Amino acid sequence: MRKRSIVPIVYILFLMLPIYWLVTMSFKTTNEILGGFTPWPQSFTLDNYRKIFNDPTWYMGYVASIEYVAINTVLSVAVALPAAYAFSRYRFLGDKHMFFWLLTNRMAPAAVFALPFYQLYSAVGLFDTPWAVALSHTLFNIPLAVWILEGFMSGVPKELDETAYVDGYSFPRFFIKIFIPTIAAGIGVACFFCFMFSWVEMLLAKTLTAVAAKPIAALMTKTASTSGYELGLLAAAGTLTLIPGAVVIYFVRNYIAKGFALGRV
Amino acid sequence: MTLELKNVTKSVDGAVHIHETNLTLEEGTFNVLLGTTLSGKTTLMQLMAGLDKPSTGEIWFNGKNVTGVSVQKRNVSMVYQQFINYPHFTVYENIASPLRVAGADAKTIDARVQSVAELLRLKPMLGRKPAELSGGQQQRTAMARALVKDSDMILLDEPLANLDYKLREEMRDELPRLFADRHCTVIYATTEPTEALLFGGHTATLHEGRVTQFGPTGEIYRKPSDLISAQVFSDPPLNTATVMKRGNEVMLGPNISWYANDAARDLPDGDYLLGIRAHHITPFQQTPDAVAIEGHVLVAELSGSESVLHVDLNGTTWISQSHGVHPFEVGSTARLYVDVARGFLFDRANRLVGGLA
Repeated sequence: MRKRSIVPIVYILFLMLPIYWLVTMSFKTTNEILGGFTPWPQSFTLDNYRKIFNDPTWYMGYVASIEYVAINTVLSVAVALPAAYAFSRYRFLGDKHMFFWLLTNRMAPAAVFALPFYQLYSAVGLFDTPWAVALSHTLFNIPLAVWILEGFMSGVPKELDETAYVDGYSFPRFFIKIFIPTIAAGIGVACFFCFMFSWVEMLLAKTLTAVAAKPIAALMTKTASTSGYELGLLAAAGTLTLIPGAVVIYFVRNYIAKGFALGRV
Repeated sequence: MTLELKNVTKSVDGAVHIHETNLTLEEGTFNVLLGTTLSGKTTLMQLMAGLDKPSTGEIWFNGKNVTGVSVQKRNVSMVYQQFINYPHFTVYENIASPLRVAGADAKTIDARVQSVAELLRLKPMLGRKPAELSGGQQQRTAMARALVKDSDMILLDEPLANLDYKLREEMRDELPRLFADRHCTVIYATTEPTEALLFGGHTATLHEGRVTQFGPTGEIYRKPSDLISAQVFSDPPLNTATVMKRGNEVMLGPNISWYANDAARDLPDGDYLLGIRAHHITPFQQTPDAVAIEGHVLVAELSGSESVLHVDLNGTTWISQSHGVHPFEVGSTARLYVDVARGFLFDRANRLVGGLA
């Protein structure tokens, strides 16, 4: 038993090493980081975190990120729910092709869309707002959410719909009171994936914002170039960036595998 | 609550699912739709319930045309083969939901739910979620939800098919009791002839989207109008063989013949198809009129107190089902007694022309 657990333990330690290094760096001073190899902080400091929480240019980066990620997640899932229902329950002309075409939207690199989005949002006055980033991310996230939700919905027998109608439920009432709670796990997983892709995406987020809605990921790279080597500060910002993802993963941990299989397990 | 199907058909993408059907189900009767899988039982039920619209034809309910009326406004209930319950509701909420939607007051709801739960022995489970129940309890919850409102029509689509043997027997006994003091029309779909016989009432035999016969169950069983109805209403499958009638004699092959009985005597001479149920072929002589045949044993099954034999005679397989233990070696020669007086005779168009059962 003990022998067998060595391999996974070593593997997990290996995986955790960069995260450990990031977290320890965030509690070190920049001088110590540059000074030499220290496995844990010699002069433990919370200054890096203090700076982030007191400087609006830093913490507003988090606010901006959370803002567009939240808008994007709500928007993507709200639009994907009826679409996924239609794909799962009805047959219509070209439904299979359209369903596949949705997924092909994910195959284009984000850089392709950076220029048209930049020009378009500048023209309509959305540039440098959370909405610009949120809307551009729906291009990738709605197809994904539709695929995930369709998988979960197809796992619900259509007899459930029929039973509800027989019981007297109208369609909207059935959808909200019966269907959505039935696929709650699927909605959670779809939200998580939308959150994750929007949270880690940087190219569009960086291109479509300037000052007001600059996301944290973009701020981190900018600071590296302007204010020299403030490595401790960057490490603290990085650590804080990991937290929302970890929190969301905790809530959907039991369903993530099914989500990666696009609900088809 | 008379339900009438008038010239109803249903096709999807050019494929005919239901051929032209005329059917009248009287108020307060128990009706069985009997047919194999894919015979159109479920489609027919969806049309009856209003979950689907017929391609042509009309559906009348109590003298009113309800063809375009949505299912929500029809006051019907339905129970499926799969155990369909609302997973996030408790058993109580599940049963109460049709009344909640209809806007009944809390007192009425509680009284009705409690009485139905009592009837279906669900009282101790009312606080649980469907996933925490056994299969039988889940199906009883679905049944309770169907019974809680005063439906004009209750549709049961193979409700016992997914239950294990013992529960199925148990619920078979319970079912007629549940509908005893209601005046709703019950429609029960099943693939098993035994269930139809057990419930009595009326039976419609279905085959490939066509209602081949409809009438009181016993009558359909004893006097199927054609070969297909007889085959649908036969388990194990109906034995069939071509026979030749010459004068007073009926011949099966060159060596086997018997005297035509009253029903067959008046038929014109010619070829007929003999259909005979497995339990009218036995390895022992039941009546003096029985005709003996001999063939090779292909299959010999003993299940408890019953013996099933498959015997090959000149390329035709005869199935015998009899009480008692009658062991035979596979490959050996068996002598079977065919009670030909109990057989059906079908003409070339497969219509019943003679025979008693």
